[in-house]
Amino acid sequence: MGMEGIGARVTRKEDKRFLTGKGRYTDDMVVPGMKHAFFVRSPHAHARITGIDASVALGMPGVIAVLEGKQLQADGIGNLICGWMVHSKDGTPMKMGAWRPLAIDTVRYVGDAVAIVVADSAAEARDAAEAVMVDYDELPAVTTSLAALGADAPQIHPEAPGNLIFDWQIGDPAATDAAIAAAAHVIEIDILNNRLSPNPMEPRATLGIYDEAEDHFTCYTTSQNPHVARLVMSAFYNVAPENKLRVIAPDVGGGFGSKIYIYPEEIVCLWASKKTGVPVKWTSDRTEAFLTDAHGRDHVSTVKMAFDKDHRITGLKVDTVANLGAYMSLFSSAVPTYLYATLLSGQYAIPAIHANVRTVYTNTVPVDAYRGAGRPEATYLLERTIETAARELGISPVELRRKNFIRTFPYQTPVIMTYDAGDYEASLSAAMQAADWDGFPARRAQSEARGMKRGIGMSCYIEACGIAPSQAVGSLGAGVGLWESAEVRVNAVGTIEVLTGSHSHGQGHETTFAQLVADRLGVPIASVNIVHGDTDKVQMGMGTYGSRSGAVGMSAVVKALDKVEMKAKKIAAHLMEADEADIVIENGDVKVAGTDKSLPWFQVALAAYTAHNLPSGMEPGLKESAFYDPSNFTFPAGCYIAEVEIDPETGKTEILQFVAADDFGNIINPMIVEGQVHGGLAQGIGQALLEEVRYDENNGQLLTASYMDYAMPRADDLPSFSLSHQNTPCPGNPLGIKGCGEAGAIGSPPALMNAITDAIGINTLSMPATPLKVWSALQAVQMRQAAE
Amino acid sequence: MYATSYHRTSSVDEAVNLRASQDEGRYISGGMTLIATMKQRLAAPSDLIDLRHIAGLKGITVKGRTVRIGAATPHADVASSVEIRALCPAICNLAGMIGDPHVRHMGTIGGSVANNDPAADYPSAVLALNATIITDRREIPADEFFQGMFETALQDTEILTAIRFEAPDKAGYAKFANPASRYALTGVFVAKTASGVRVAVTGAGSGGVFRVPEMEAALGASYLPESVAGISVDPGLLMEDMHATAEYRANLVRVMAKRAVQSSL
Repeated sequence: MGMEGIGARVTRKEDKRFLTGKGRYTDDMVVPGMKHAFFVRSPHAHARITGIDASVALGMPGVIAVLEGKQLQADGIGNLICGWMVHSKDGTPMKMGAWRPLAIDTVRYVGDAVAIVVADSAAEARDAAEAVMVDYDELPAVTTSLAALGADAPQIHPEAPGNLIFDWQIGDPAATDAAIAAAAHVIEIDILNNRLSPNPMEPRATLGIYDEAEDHFTCYTTSQNPHVARLVMSAFYNVAPENKLRVIAPDVGGGFGSKIYIYPEEIVCLWASKKTGVPVKWTSDRTEAFLTDAHGRDHVSTVKMAFDKDHRITGLKVDTVANLGAYMSLFSSAVPTYLYATLLSGQYAIPAIHANVRTVYTNTVPVDAYRGAGRPEATYLLERTIETAARELGISPVELRRKNFIRTFPYQTPVIMTYDAGDYEASLSAAMQAADWDGFPARRAQSEARGMKRGIGMSCYIEACGIAPSQAVGSLGAGVGLWESAEVRVNAVGTIEVLTGSHSHGQGHETTFAQLVADRLGVPIASVNIVHGDTDKVQMGMGTYGSRSGAVGMSAVVKALDKVEMKAKKIAAHLMEADEADIVIENGDVKVAGTDKSLPWFQVALAAYTAHNLPSGMEPGLKESAFYDPSNFTFPAGCYIAEVEIDPETGKTEILQFVAADDFGNIINPMIVEGQVHGGLAQGIGQALLEEVRYDENNGQLLTASYMDYAMPRADDLPSFSLSHQNTPCPGNPLGIKGCGEAGAIGSPPALMNAITDAIGINTLSMPATPLKVWSALQAVQMRQAAE
Repeated sequence: MYATSYHRTSSVDEAVNLRASQDEGRYISGGMTLIATMKQRLAAPSDLIDLRHIAGLKGITVKGRTVRIGAATPHADVASSVEIRALCPAICNLAGMIGDPHVRHMGTIGGSVANNDPAADYPSAVLALNATIITDRREIPADEFFQGMFETALQDTEILTAIRFEAPDKAGYAKFANPASRYALTGVFVAKTASGVRVAVTGAGSGGVFRVPEMEAALGASYLPESVAGISVDPGLLMEDMHATAEYRANLVRVMAKRAVQSSL
């Protein structure tokens, strides 16, 4: 592997610029003549717009233009779309309401964009935006999914009667019902998955530049997938044909899914640039981010799990209602269906599964993928259910899991997925050993002696990453393929540029992708540059989400490297008058095996470009590209254990230890993988203990619109994590990689909630387990006991 | 933030004169609440008159058992003061729990006390220590100073210049932080002097910081944590929001009072 190859703990090449403030983010971009935008947004959750008067605003200092939705529509700019078609079980297509980049007749959530103000400075634009008089007729609003399905709920989109977008199912309802009817035990539980705000450190921003002479647009934006942004803005929103639209996603400060989607602001700033003749920049502030970045989760579910007399699971029935907010965001339909219900088998052999999912419009921010996207919801539901089953059946949660583990691979679940490889027992054992599971009763006794309540809980998660086989997702309704592209350019002096369709916004690709090349060719990573995030530089690619950059993006690099290596060997064989089959590349040299004949790598590269002496008929140059389409999902899995102590006087939970035992397949850089797990755990612990988006149910106002009220996890909320890896290589891709970006956020919430409910002896607690909620639950039990 | 004019003043007189010449000016001494409020466009002072750089308002002096903290002294200086710690470690501990390191180096005791945020930490200490609030024109006893949420006895142009208190025999502060903001969801400061025990609660009262006479009497009789364990405050007098019900805050008042006493022993 070498010092910098696969498996090496190389420090991140990109960190120097990030840690010294030299990163170049969208908001850092300054172009001549650039002006600033501020969006006029709805203060109401649901209202009719009866008039917009910009006359005062237009007279204010620095103001260049105030533009509204009717003008956008007149210029032929299209509506935002959801790119994944899901059909209801009766065969009808999902019922998508119109999402106009600037609302025309109706606003449907607090923050819905109504107009854009362009001015010399951001402050002037904001001042003028306050002077834009929008007349509203307020309408009743609804914020929760169950209320939105109610008979007297306000109707949000005319296209979706009763606010129901689709009523979808997966699995075998008859077989599942039969399993439940014949079961020795049936466990029932209600599961809530709390709504979250993604909170990347860098808020969204965009800079739209229209070049009149070339009739060409450039869009700087905070995107996880600039090519997809260009495709969608070109094909659906009619901003410009693809060849007239360049999208650049420079340094991006975190995404967590929220920067996959195309939002109104990119489209409107591009259009406004053409309309006003000046480049237009917009940068969100933090409250605007809470109000407009796509939220995550927000599921309400009921579960029945059937067991035979030997405690083997015989069936699982799930009914879920998912809140999609006021509009269908780009992948919103896929998250609570194909990214969720297909994982409901978990690590267990369950012969019959049936899941029904209804998705619902509400007067809230659109909901889409957030770190884990559907898989945290599935894992939380399943792992809370199996823990509850162990408690109700009176057996060890460890033994119940072990008894039901899938142990032979490949394994076909009843919900589409075919698991390729895994060893769930290995992670379980490693986690239990690291946590000293068997020593827990003694530790609990020590806590009790101090008046504290101690609990331990585990979660055995599985997820599907490496998304995804294009044909498979196409058959399920995806509007795009989910392959990845790469190009490897060897320069004449032997240095290398790798152009990838993956996009790095914190993942460290500039290091790990270079390690792959270093491993293969024996060159130092300093001589390898990774180029990404610019549609003019990089060929079509699909971007980064769903822990896919290693498994899919790097596999494309491997394919391109295969071609480069093949050509380099041909050249070297020709130069050294050897058989091509005898050429090997080692430590930066190209050698004839078994001889002392050798050429340094750069000489082979130089020969390719001088073209003075190439094999007959060979094209000059050393540059190859490849597209890689995965044959299957990958299936990272693992076991997480949380141990907590709760102060019964205040309800406060302290995490005493958190153990993560993960199987990510092969690992390129263990340090970066650990960083990914740490970040995921912080977000998962945030969901379990702290974070919750809350709306006022009466008027739809967002109550958690700043860090004063939205509890982000901080360093002192988190313990020191204990990590380990049990790697079964993924058989489906050339590097054996499964993906590690989301596991921490997927596996941790149920482990914590199992530990907390174990500590307090109350199983019905919902996330986040705030001190208020835990204390109130303990009080309720005390009062009940006192009454008895 | 709306446009505003910033003035860095170097004397109390200069600041008072400036303030008197403006209708919509505000003093600022750290701005840890005011700047955030202005950023949200919920406050729009025409002028900000910065008191934080006035030399005469800075610094800590200890004479005998009398502690005087200048109004422009940042929380970090109080938290790390060896002289105060020797006499009254509880107030150092309190200062060290305010916000985060950035806040503790910008925010000042004068700014905090003059602002009288119902969830700020300092008002509980000032009230429990029976401190004297010194201004550019008079001295105000703590019991008369705090007059409800964000309300104090300060007149329009009056400047708080220092806080003075006699070191107590024993004092303790216990805080339960709001999980989101880290302000006090409930904080209780307990101080025992020769003239008795004072218990002041911040973060919980719907009228801002308040004293708990029943706890003071009980601790006066027996200064032990158990003395307050059975004393509850009326939830009807407490705040209620998404982070805490009034009942939960009432519980926290009891628990934090107990822990404040414990920490002072």
